[in-house]
Amino acid sequence: MSAQLSIEEFSLVFRTRDGTVQALQDVSFAIARGEVMGVVGESGSGKSVLAYAILGLQDAAATVLGGRIMFGGLDMLAADEAALAAVRGRELAMIFQSPRTALNPIRKVGVQIEDILREHANLPSRELRRHAIEALARVRIPDPERRYDSYPFELSGGMCQRVMIAMALACAPSLLIADEPTTGLDVTTQAVIMDLIRDMSREARMATLLITHDLGLAGEYCDRIAVMHAGHVVEVAPVETLLRRPAHPYTQQLLAATPTPRSTVETLVSIPGQLPDLRGTLAPCRFSTRCVRHLPLCDETPLPWTMREAGHLVRCRVPL
Amino acid sequence: MSALLEARGLHKHYPAGRGGVLHAVDGVDLEVAAGECVGLVGESGCGKSTLVRLLARLIDPTSGRILLAGADTTAVSQARFVTMPQRAQIQVVFQDPSESLNPSFRVFRSIADPLRRLLGIHDPTRLAARVHRAADLVGLPRELIARYPHQLSGGQRARVGIARAIAVEPALLILDEPTSALDVSVQAVILRLLADLRTRLGMSYLFVSHDLNVVRLLCSRIVVMYLGRVVEMAPTEALFTAPRHPYTQALLAAIPDPARRGERRLRLEGAPRSPIDPDPDVCRFHGRCPASSERCATAMPQLRPFGENHLAACHFA
Repeated sequence: MSAQLSIEEFSLVFRTRDGTVQALQDVSFAIARGEVMGVVGESGSGKSVLAYAILGLQDAAATVLGGRIMFGGLDMLAADEAALAAVRGRELAMIFQSPRTALNPIRKVGVQIEDILREHANLPSRELRRHAIEALARVRIPDPERRYDSYPFELSGGMCQRVMIAMALACAPSLLIADEPTTGLDVTTQAVIMDLIRDMSREARMATLLITHDLGLAGEYCDRIAVMHAGHVVEVAPVETLLRRPAHPYTQQLLAATPTPRSTVETLVSIPGQLPDLRGTLAPCRFSTRCVRHLPLCDETPLPWTMREAGHLVRCRVPL
Repeated sequence: MSALLEARGLHKHYPAGRGGVLHAVDGVDLEVAAGECVGLVGESGCGKSTLVRLLARLIDPTSGRILLAGADTTAVSQARFVTMPQRAQIQVVFQDPSESLNPSFRVFRSIADPLRRLLGIHDPTRLAARVHRAADLVGLPRELIARYPHQLSGGQRARVGIARAIAVEPALLILDEPTSALDVSVQAVILRLLADLRTRLGMSYLFVSHDLNVVRLLCSRIVVMYLGRVVEMAPTEALFTAPRHPYTQALLAAIPDPARRGERRLRLEGAPRSPIDPDPDVCRFHGRCPASSERCATAMPQLRPFGENHLAACHFA
C-alpha cells in the first residue's frame, strides 16, 4: 500500500503572549487509499490543529518547527499558496463539526455545491446544476431537486451534514478529513451519517481521516487508530489490536473510561490528573505525571517508538 | 415503593404562529419512586428538556398535574412555587457547568445562594458550614471555594454544579446531560461521584441523557420519549435486552459498538414529523418507522404492558 498522506515527525508551536504552546510534537503516521484512519484524543490533545495543519490552514500564531507532510507527491509544507489552493477542495476535502455554521447561511445549498464545482471541476456552467443535484442524491438526500433550493436553516442538522459531505465529495477527493463530523447530532442521525462516510470512503477508495473524541465510534468505523495525548501521538495500531491489546497506558485508561454496553460504574476508570500545560518545559513523555507505570527512565530523552508487531507502534518506555 | 414524584397527563403547548400549536410535551405520565434512579432518553426535539423544566416547576404546564410526595405542586403557579419549602425538594444539575454557573459569583456564593434563598440560612457560620459540607460531599477541594468559575477545570465546574444542587438536600435531583460537556476521563469521575452520592444521601435521580451507555450505568429504569410522548418505559435490563418499540430498537442499534463492527443494523432515515398541530390519531413515529402500517395512521397506539413494569406504545410491539 502506498500512502496517500504521510506525516513525518511533524512539530508545530503557537507563539502566544503567555508563552510558546507546544501543540504538536513529532507526529508521524500515514494513511493509504481506501483506508479509514481514526485520530482519537480528549480535548486539547491537538487533533484539530493537526487536521488544519494537513490542509495547510495554520493560524497566524503557528510556527512549524520541523517534519514533513506529504500528500500524494506534494510536499504540503514547502508548496506555495497557489499549489495548496489547487488541491484543497478537490484532492483534499474536509468536513467540519457543526455543519450549520460551516455552510453559508444565505446561499442555497445547491448553489454552494456549484461554487465548489465551478472552482475545481472544470465543467461547463450549464452542467453545474445537474452535477450539484447528483452530488445531493449521492449522499441520499431525499428529493434532491427540491433540496437544491433549500437554505441551510431549512434543513435539519443531519441534512446539513449530508450537504457538507456532498460538497466534500463533489470533486472525488483522494483524502477526506472529517473533524468530529457527528458532534451535536442525535445518535440515530450519527449512525446514518457515519455509515454514509464509511460507504463513500469504500466506494471512492478515498483515504479518510476521522477525528473524534469517541473511542467507541472510532472503534466501529476505522481500520486503524492513532491515539493522541497532549500533542503527541502515543500509539498507532489496527483497530482490533488497539481495542484488545492496547500497549500505551493512556490508551488502556481511555478505553477503561469509555462507557460500553458492558461496563458498570465499578469498572469505569477515571484517569487521574489532567493534561500538562503545553507551555514551558515538558517531560519527554507528556503522560508521565498521570501515569501509574512511570519510572525514572521515562524522563530520559528522546522518547523512542517501540514496535509491538507489524503496524502496532507505541511511544512508551514501559508499555503494557 | 411509594412515588416521590408523580406526573399525570402532563401537557405543554406553545403557540407556533399562524394559529398553530406546538405540542412539546403531549400527555406524559411518569413516576419516580423514593430512592429510584430513572433515565430519560430521546433525541433533540423530543420534549425531554421541556419535561424536565415542567417537573422541576421552572415552567407551568398547559394541563396535567405534578405531585411531589403526594402533594399537588401544580395547585399553585410557578411564580408562587418558588417561595414554597417544596422548592428545595427538587433541584436540577444543568447541562454544561460553564454556562450554568454565574461567572461573577465565586464558588462559595454559587453554592450558598440556594441555601439562603430556599432554606433561609443567613447566619455566616451556619452558611459556611453547609457550603463546606456540600463541597466535601462532591470532592471539591476547600481551597477552590474562593475561586471564580473561569479559574476551574471542566470537572471542577461540574462538581460545583452538583454541590449547588445537593446543598439544600433535595429529595429529587434532576440531571440534565450532566456529563455531555466533559471528556471521558472526567465523565467517569463524575458518574462515580453521582452513583456514590445517591447511596449516601438517598436521593432519587431523574437522569436525562442522549448517551444510552451512560444512562445504563446509573439507572434502574429507563423512559424513552419521541416527539412529546413516552413511547416505552422499562427496567434497564429489559429495555436493553428486549426493547419493544421500534424507536427504542433503532436507538439501541445506533450506539457505536466496536464489537458489532460491519454488521448491518437498523437505521432510521428521514426526520421526525412536525410537532406543530400533530394529528391525534396518527402514531408520532409513523413515516419513519420500519414497521408502519395503515393502522398506525388511523389510531394512535397507547402504552400497554409487556411484562413487569414494561410499557410500550406500538401496535406491533
